[in-house]
Amino acid sequence: MSDPRGSGATLAEKILARSGGVDRTVPGQIVEGSVDLAMMHEQGAQTVAPFHQMGATRVWDPDRVVIAIDHWVPASTEGAAVLHRILRKFAEEVHLPHFYDVGQHGICHQILAENGWVVPGDLAVGTDSHTNMLGAMGAVATGIGPTEMAAVLALGRLWLKVPSTISVRVKGRFGPSVTAKDLVLRILGEIRTTGAQYRSVEFSGPTIERLSMPERFTICNMTTEMGAKTGMVAPDQTTFDFLAPIAKHPMRPLAPDRDAAYERTVEVDVDGMPPMVACPYSPDNVRPLPEVVREHVKIDQAFLGSCTNARIEDLREGAALMKGRKVAKGVRFIVSPASTKIYDQCLHEGIVEVFTEAGAVFTNSSCSACFGGNMGILAPEEACASSSNRNFPGRMGAKEARIYLMSPAAVVASAVEGEISDPRALA
Amino acid sequence: MERVIEGRVWTLGRDVDTDQIISGKYLTVIDPNELKKHVFEIALPEFAAGARPGDLIVAGENFGSGSSREHAPQAMRAIGVGAVVADSFARIFFRNAINLGIPAIEAPGVRAIFASGERGRVDLGSGRVTNVSTGASVSFPPLPHHLIELLEAGGLVEKVRRELARTGSPPAPGTA
Ligand code: SF4
Repeated sequence: MSDPRGSGATLAEKILARSGGVDRTVPGQIVEGSVDLAMMHEQGAQTVAPFHQMGATRVWDPDRVVIAIDHWVPASTEGAAVLHRILRKFAEEVHLPHFYDVGQHGICHQILAENGWVVPGDLAVGTDSHTNMLGAMGAVATGIGPTEMAAVLALGRLWLKVPSTISVRVKGRFGPSVTAKDLVLRILGEIRTTGAQYRSVEFSGPTIERLSMPERFTICNMTTEMGAKTGMVAPDQTTFDFLAPIAKHPMRPLAPDRDAAYERTVEVDVDGMPPMVACPYSPDNVRPLPEVVREHVKIDQAFLGSCTNARIEDLREGAALMKGRKVAKGVRFIVSPASTKIYDQCLHEGIVEVFTEAGAVFTNSSCSACFGGNMGILAPEEACASSSNRNFPGRMGAKEARIYLMSPAAVVASAVEGEISDPRALA
Repeated sequence: MERVIEGRVWTLGRDVDTDQIISGKYLTVIDPNELKKHVFEIALPEFAAGARPGDLIVAGENFGSGSSREHAPQAMRAIGVGAVVADSFARIFFRNAINLGIPAIEAPGVRAIFASGERGRVDLGSGRVTNVSTGASVSFPPLPHHLIELLEAGGLVEKVRRELARTGSPPAPGTA
């Protein structure tokens, strides 16, 4: 029998023990972890000055550093152009070859995922809070700030407090048009935005084992909204098959002990679960979608994009629902693939055409409307149905604007109806 | 770094996320002196013009949640904020603040004992935050030794600078 308060180690404890070069770690312990992968996006531009102030001249291992610009691509403001230029010059100066510049670009987390930069057993850090997404590889992946990144570039290591772990066990089968996004919203509604602060969230159970890697990326991505340091799925055959052709360095898979000492266990059964929606102004303000549909919430914009849900699987699902239908009058529907590779797939599969014929705007790959600083910005009285991960005040523009977070299918349904809608009514 | 920090308090609510500290539209600004004009523009609009060096920020739960943007603590450092005390912090904000040399103190219950404009005192050594104006106080678990060292060095840049001066920058692979 597995005892939820056993004496064994969780996955995060094991990875941090190995990374820190110690036999065993316990929550609260501080380890100096050696980093397997460091990722920077535009915020990395703020890494350059502290790197120089530290007196550093070389990067510890240029083959373990990835730069992927994504927030403003191509540069949409002069400020962004300057950030890009700082990064290009820095990459040249300290010889960083893995720079996904305009033309190979994509959302930084998707670039790491689709190119095999993070593998089981890794400690990965990035200058973006949703670096948690890469925990889906069976790694400890977490966000850090740019000054800290400067120290990582110089030394190849950083201090980390070993987190305690919340186990989330999921069973049951999704009904039609219910997705991994609905699952993670439901979990967020339970754990709340502070419930996993400083902690690791470990997903397991039969439903999780059946999830594809893209679905695992979606759920690990939103552990950031739970306040978690990292969110992870123990590596299995699905992980190995995904990574085998693309892994950039050797996998060192670890599994949690059967009697791992979890701080607590959250049990979720998805049988009969409806689609979910996170209402303004917090990602944990989660309600069953049918309830919100009954309130006839008119929308001005719909956004199918972001690191949470803009992979080819999401866009295929969205296109299948969109085909032969039109975007409602008065709604601006923005579709932004998560990477250039996905953009190309959409072109070849006719997905771009499905959306543009319906009256949507199919944009180049970037963070796009997700963060309110690039494009697709909302006016104060507006509402948006979005497949992204945050709906805080001001996230997509005006602080009064209302953002509803949901699955890609629900975003498409809402774009078609002009109000928050249930994809099951269209399917 | 002083072990006892005293200053005028500005209070904020719970869940003040980084979008409310520095809005997404200023993310391409990297000059801290420019950033400081926009700090708390959404959460506390009168702060940027009214704050003085040494002022303390007292917030509710989950302060600094959201993105990893260092703009938020950088703007506070540019203003000269003496310390940030909160019922709890989001983890990246906490790390960023300490790494920039700003004492970030997690003291559950602290928000309830302060109103804006009162004077606060933070004693890092004994682990106590006191409202000097009313006498109320709460205690907090002292920061781990590792973090005190970081703050005393004045932040991560200085700490790594000393380390590299001692050991040298690591050679690039293949050139050693
Ligand atoms: S898509 Fe949104 S959440 Fe993801 S990295 Fe970009 S701005 Fe952040």
